[in-house]
This record gives sequence, structure tokens and C-alpha cells, in this order.
Amino acid sequence: MKIIVCIKQVPNTTEIKIDPVTNTLKRDGVPSIINPDDKSAIDVAIQLKEKHGAEVTVICMGPPQAENALREALAMGADNAYLLTDRAFAGSDTLATSTIVAAAIKKLGADVVLCGRQAIDGDTAQVGPQIAEHLGIPQITYAAAIDYNEERNSLIVKRQFEDRYQTLEVSGQCLVTVLSTLCKPRYMNVWDIVDQDSKEVGKITFADMDLDAKNIGLAGSPTKVQSTATKQFDKTIETLELDPEAAAKAIIDALSKRHLI
Amino acid sequence: MNKNIWVFCEQRDGEIQPVALELLGIAKELSEKTNEKVGAILVGHNVKAKANDLVAYGADEVYVVDDEELDNFLTEPYVQAVYKLVSDYKPSILLFGATSIGRDLAPRLSARLRTGLTADCTKLECDEKGNLFMTRPAFGGNLFATIACPDHRPQMSTVRPGVMKKAERDDSRKGEIIDVKIDWDTSKFAVKLIEEVKEVQSVDKIEDAKILVSCGRGVKNVKPAFEVAEKLKGTVSSSRALVDAGVMEHARQVGQTGKTVRPQAYLAFGISGAIQHLAGMEESEFIVAVNTDKSAPIFKVANLGIVSDAAAVMKNLIKML
Repeated sequence: MKIIVCIKQVPNTTEIKIDPVTNTLKRDGVPSIINPDDKSAIDVAIQLKEKHGAEVTVICMGPPQAENALREALAMGADNAYLLTDRAFAGSDTLATSTIVAAAIKKLGADVVLCGRQAIDGDTAQVGPQIAEHLGIPQITYAAAIDYNEERNSLIVKRQFEDRYQTLEVSGQCLVTVLSTLCKPRYMNVWDIVDQDSKEVGKITFADMDLDAKNIGLAGSPTKVQSTATKQFDKTIETLELDPEAAAKAIIDALSKRHLI
Repeated sequence: MNKNIWVFCEQRDGEIQPVALELLGIAKELSEKTNEKVGAILVGHNVKAKANDLVAYGADEVYVVDDEELDNFLTEPYVQAVYKLVSDYKPSILLFGATSIGRDLAPRLSARLRTGLTADCTKLECDEKGNLFMTRPAFGGNLFATIACPDHRPQMSTVRPGVMKKAERDDSRKGEIIDVKIDWDTSKFAVKLIEEVKEVQSVDKIEDAKILVSCGRGVKNVKPAFEVAEKLKGTVSSSRALVDAGVMEHARQVGQTGKTVRPQAYLAFGISGAIQHLAGMEESEFIVAVNTDKSAPIFKVANLGIVSDAAAVMKNLIKML
């Protein structure tokens, strides 16, 4: 079984702060990490490899420094890693990104493609299903458990909804997006850390793939960011310092004035 | 040329989901500006009877695909059905709820249509020409981006549940119901359903509550909050801190990684108001905050802010209510 795991390197958004003067994001000094859902996807792939035997390839689209994320994946136990990097990829929205990643998967070949459900910087959850469509293979999103049935050569996936779950079976090629709750990703292990030093992180550029320039980058992105803003509040605010009894009375008065009690 | 504003009206077990009515609400609002019709997509099995409800909630046209292939939600049959409708009737705007169904279906469809999709929007506006401006949080709610899709149609968006105002029901409304049959390509149905299991909700749904009594780190004992909620005929919700501490269930969590709520009154006790929390409740109609820390960010969104001890205030509320 050939498994490709698609990962993204993201800023650790819990550490992002707003600069109160310029009203912009302060990204300096914010560490980059493997997106948490994607890290679970790497772990699932390695679990499948350990249980059933598989070749695990991790790919990541991004600038040259995203190689660090791929090195970490190798140190977790992945067999191969490729960085998809090219100036032509810059400015890609989810559709353009998925077009590029799908082209790389086509080039490398895979039976199973695993992605994290969504990235913590963009929170779109769109790239996985879009890759599956470009490849013309079925998708299962929101996976809470994955197992492989050797006899039937099929994946059994628990698909989570808000109010229910489904157990689904798919044979043949497919793409699965996994929830970070699916497993607790392993740490890098000492042997693989040593080993990854001797491994190459391959580079795949625009010229290496069957891609049309008009479908990627800024030009190939149907969505355009018009403006960005940090949070603004425009409420009528009244802040009072009250003892608990007066406070309770103020709350009751306010609620009855609005006919809520 | 593409025209009209369409809503994918999600149903589960034949029940129209609340987010569908919220989307009809915003679609109606947008349609008044663009002077277009509101179209509703209703796909499923044994769902046709619900089409009239969608008319009552504001749809001028309801496109129904009622077929046993659509009995349970599976990506490919649902995509084929919606793709056929969109290709034949060419709406200009296509909205989905940002649910585990909408966020599976919409990206797959956007790639098939090769058009843009904006995820998990919290605000939608448009100009007279029908260009849609979609605002969504990014970077964990630290930043808001407004996104357009100028050269591709339909303009697609998934919209966060609980953010838009529900459409008002009006049974005197008239609308057209259009039945559509699909010529399935079953060779693409590779995913087989083995079983579907409904999970019982043990917790009251916070997104449906009229009044929420919400607790944060500043509340050491949450029991009085349940008493206050009971007296107010409300529900208890929580900030992330108490969920992480194992004190509250995740289903009660409000915020970026929890639920978005817009009750008529949101009473925040001992919640400091991290931006991720505010993202989930700031659309509430009336916000009361009780916190001992005068500089807590929650006071920036509160209509009534009270610097006082949360536990003591709750104790007094129980006595006085």
C-alpha cells in the first residue's frame, strides 16, 4: 500500500498577538509547527504501515523553510518526503493549492491519500476534498477512526458528524481527512531522528508536474482577499462596579426590561 | 448568465436543519439588494413534503431531488445531485451551512465546478451587481478577511451555523416547486455505508437556548450556574478553560473551537473573554459580563458589564429570582 500524507506548516495561532498600534498580526517570533490535524494523519499512516505494511510519503507545499516540517515527519517514521515549492505557487487559494497538490500525488502515485481535516491558520477544510475531486477518487472527511481490512483490501472509516457517526467502507483509491482527536501523534524517535539526517527531502517544482500555469498561483485562484481587519467592537458599553446584591438586581432589571423574565 | 441566490437546505432524517433557515434569512436579505430570486435546494429521500416549509421561510423556488440514493448522506450522490441542479439552472450565489455535511459537499462541488469557495463565513454582503463579499475569521479568530470571487460563478460560501438570523415563517408566501430527476453515475459510488449510528445528545443544545448562563475560569463551582439557568429557563454554557479542566462537557463550549451562539441574553460569569471565546458569542443580542478583573476583554463586548464576584452574584440571583 502506498500512502501519501499531505501536510501544511502553520504558525502556532495560539501564540499570535495583535499589534495594538498597527492593528496587524504580530507573526515575528511565532513558531511554525506541523498543523495538528495533519500530524495525526502522519501518525495514522505510520500506524497502518506498522500493522499492515505500507510505504509512507509525506508531501508539503510551501516556502523552502517548510522543509523543517517534512524533516519532523521523517523523524516520526515516514519513508519519503517531498517539498512542493515554486514561486509560481505563491498566492494560491484552496482551489489552486489543491490543483498543485493533486498534480504531485499523480506524479508520485498513491493508493491512499491522508490529509488533516483542516489547518489552524486558515480553518477552511477545503483542500482535502478538492484534491480528491481533481484526482477523481472518493473522499471520506472527518475520520475519527481508520482501519484496513487486508482480506477485502478496503479501508473501514468511522466518519464523524455533529449528531451521529457512519461506518464506511471503501476499496480502491481514496482520500481521507482525519480529525486530530483520532490519535495522539507520536514524538519523533531517536533512531528516526538520526536516520532522517541521511534522507533527502525531495523538491518538486512547477516544471516537474503536469500543470497549467493559469490554474495555479494568484491567477488560478477564483477567490481574492479584498481586505483584512482585526476585531472591532462597537457596542454600547456600561461597566459598573457593584456589590453582589446590587449586581444581581441590575441583571434582573435588565432582563425584565427586555421581557426575558 | 448566472442569476439568483441559492441555498443548500440541509436535512437530516427528513428534518430541515436550523442552519438552512438561517441561510434563507440572509439569502432573502441579499436578494432584496440584487433583485433576484431565492432558490432552495432540497435533496434527500422522502423529503418532498418539506418543500412547502422552505417556501414559507422565503424560498421563491425549491429544487427537489427526492431519491433513495440520497437516503443517507454520502458525498458522491449528493455532489452529483447538486452539481446537476447548479449546471442546469446556474445560480449566481450558492450557500451551504458550515456543518460536517456542508464542509464535505461544498469543496468537492467547487472543484467540480472550478469556482471559488469561502469557508465558514460569519458575514455576507453584496453590491447591486450581485458581487458577494464574504467575511470570515482566520488565524484562530485573530483576523477577519473579506473575500470576493469576482470572475467565477457561482460564488460559493459555507456559513457558520448560529450566526445569521433565521428567516421568519410566513405561510401565505407563494413559491414554485421543481422536481428534478438525476441520471446517476453509480460507477462513482465507491464508498459503501455499513452503518449509521445516531449519538444521543446528553447536553441541552446551547445553540438553541434563549438565555445562556456561561461560566469561565473565574467560577470555581458551576452548580449554582445550573440553578440560575433553571430559574431563567435557560441553559448553561462554558468557556474553553472549564472544558479543558474537565468540569464542563465539550458540547457546552462556546467559541472558535466550540459553538457559535446568539441567544437573546448571554450572561458571562467569570469569563475573561479571549478572542476565540468572543468569536462564538459576540452576536448575542444582549450580553452581561460579571468579572472581578476590570480590564477583562469580555467587558469590551458586554452591554452590561459588572465588576463583581461571579459566585456571589449568582448566589444573589438564585435568592432573588
